[in-house]
Amino acid sequence: MAKSHVTTSINGEPQEFLCEPGDTLLDVLRNDLNLTGTKEGCGSGDCGACSVTLNGRLVCSCLVLGVEVEGAEVGTIEGVSTGDGLHVIQEKFLEHAALQCGICTPGLIVSAKALLEENPNPTEEEARYYLAGNLCRCTGYDKIIRAVMDSAETLRGGA
Amino acid sequence: MVSVVYEAPDSIEGAISLLANADIPAKILAGGTDLIIQTNGSTDESRLFVDVKRIDGMLDAKLSADGLDLGPSMSCAEFTARDDIRKVFPGLVEAAYLIGSTQVQGRASLGGNLCNSSPAADTIPALVVNGAQCVIAGPGGERTVAAEEFMTGVSRNCMEKGELLKLIHLPAPAAKTSDAYLRFIPRTEMDIAVAGAGVSVTLDDAGTCTAARVAIGAVAPTVLLVSTAADALIGTKLDDDALQAAAAAASAASSPITDRRGTAEYRRQIVGVLVKRAARIAATRARGN
Repeated sequence: MAKSHVTTSINGEPQEFLCEPGDTLLDVLRNDLNLTGTKEGCGSGDCGACSVTLNGRLVCSCLVLGVEVEGAEVGTIEGVSTGDGLHVIQEKFLEHAALQCGICTPGLIVSAKALLEENPNPTEEEARYYLAGNLCRCTGYDKIIRAVMDSAETLRGGA
Repeated sequence: MVSVVYEAPDSIEGAISLLANADIPAKILAGGTDLIIQTNGSTDESRLFVDVKRIDGMLDAKLSADGLDLGPSMSCAEFTARDDIRKVFPGLVEAAYLIGSTQVQGRASLGGNLCNSSPAADTIPALVVNGAQCVIAGPGGERTVAAEEFMTGVSRNCMEKGELLKLIHLPAPAAKTSDAYLRFIPRTEMDIAVAGAGVSVTLDDAGTCTAARVAIGAVAPTVLLVSTAADALIGTKLDDDALQAAAAAASAASSPITDRRGTAEYRRQIVGVLVKRAARIAATRARGN
């Protein structure tokens, strides 16, 4: 079967790719575009490791088809740091040691960034609910939440 | 591995033609959060996906004096962000907010929740109590089906080959009317309802309930509109006795199964409790309207 041709934008850059109609956006990112920062955990929308933004909304890239992103804007972990250094959220994850094995980390950082863009001053409860779709089997979440809350404060210009 | 054929028509007519003329199993693709997983587990050799999100109006919601015209494929994230809709239909917005994770809500839609037709779908009881009308377009023209008539069984509904859900219309609520939806899950987030209950009540100036609708989920093969529970509320001040009678009516109307989420006895009991609590919330909201 002929592959589909898709024109999209990834992390602000125009991007074209060919994919099978049944390929997920996650397949395309990792296998065709070499953007392997986005991880596959469950492949069924339960774990959040493959989180990306699609037209500004947080989604699981395993539940989006590559062909569906025609004309859309996709944001991945590779686009979180825009300058020379790390994004504040990335720095805070390091500072708080908010990761162990690291598989959930890209998804959590993409999700945390989406959270803080929607709600720059979340309560801990709001942050925990927003990030409930990002599973981490190592940390117990405490350090992750501390890193996110600290990021929020820093991004608001406090501390 | 299912071989997928993908089409994204830009008109209702185009979608109907693709669906009606398909010679392989045809599926409507909205948010895809159920369909992609179901396709991964399917034994079909090939499937046609008709992506309806490029059709004008499918992703829009218009609130007017006539009520809400909801594009069935609008994501729950877009829907729950609409403060104007939350003011009028707070229970429906809460139901949409309960579906899956933030990520799933970024794609999943109310139309998809309805068409997937799970007995545990959170938005269906909330649609039913708000008198939602489903506008279905097909080769023979359009027809309108009440939300409580839409589901016909577990994962089954009234849609025929070639048809698609074009619009969900919710009539504007009367004065001093409001809704609420509650579900029970053993976790705090990211789970499927063990039981769910939606309630809408209308009060008069004296606080007497003049109209009510009660719908329950995950306790029967379909979401049920329970008129006996509504009747127990109408004409009362929604005092404890009335709420208890509505709860008993909802429990009596349920026909739950025992599965890993809960036993039939537990579900029958808890659905009444949810009706009682949802009615209290809806009444508090209605008094404020």
